[in-house]
Amino acid sequence: MRISVQSEPFDLGAESTAFAAGHRDMGAIVTFTGVVRDLPGDPLEAMEIEHYPGMTESALHDIAATALDRWSLGDVLVIHRHGRLTPGEMIMMVATAAPHRRDAFEAAEFLMDYLKSRAPFWKREMTAKGADWVASKAEDEDALDRWA
Amino acid sequence: MDVLYFAWVRERIGHPRDTVDTQAATVAELVAELSAREDRYAMAFSDLSALRVAVDQQLADFDAPLAGVREVAFFPPMTGG
Repeated sequence: MRISVQSEPFDLGAESTAFAAGHRDMGAIVTFTGVVRDLPGDPLEAMEIEHYPGMTESALHDIAATALDRWSLGDVLVIHRHGRLTPGEMIMMVATAAPHRRDAFEAAEFLMDYLKSRAPFWKREMTAKGADWVASKAEDEDALDRWA
Repeated sequence: MDVLYFAWVRERIGHPRDTVDTQAATVAELVAELSAREDRYAMAFSDLSALRVAVDQQLADFDAPLAGVREVAFFPPMTGG
């Protein structure tokens, strides 16, 4: 398991290649990447991501450990950035390695659902109109019910 | 005890951290103490349903006990990913 909370960009190709290497018994690697998306009608200048140093790392670690317990996985990677990002920049990635694809896909979705609403990150969108904290969505909370 | 604020809670209160000497037995009692300090605290804590709390860096409820706790943090619902 590797968890990285960082302000610097990451290299998706290099991270994916390094994650996939070195397993002889993992038939499936799934990666998901979150990207800063521009806003239709109100162009996004930047997205600022605040987090809770210390708790962020332990929350991500706990979420990844739960995934490792629950699915048949060989490895888990979570990278999440903080600070100021512009549209098109990668915010975060998760990767899962499993003997079979169903475990890899499901665990990646579980990781995404949990880190959206259980890891202490807060997004703020900066546009010409000003800065707005992104509100959490009820559907993000509902998504967790699927894993109860 | 250290009390930390994040995102708009930090903005409303005006700073990221307080160090408090409190006899509050629960998070809810701590919220009541802080709210009585100044209007900006009362504003930040006016709707607890819009807030989340972590006790010693673990998500908790507002009725969580504070005995032996070193750090409490208040923040809006998280928006990671």
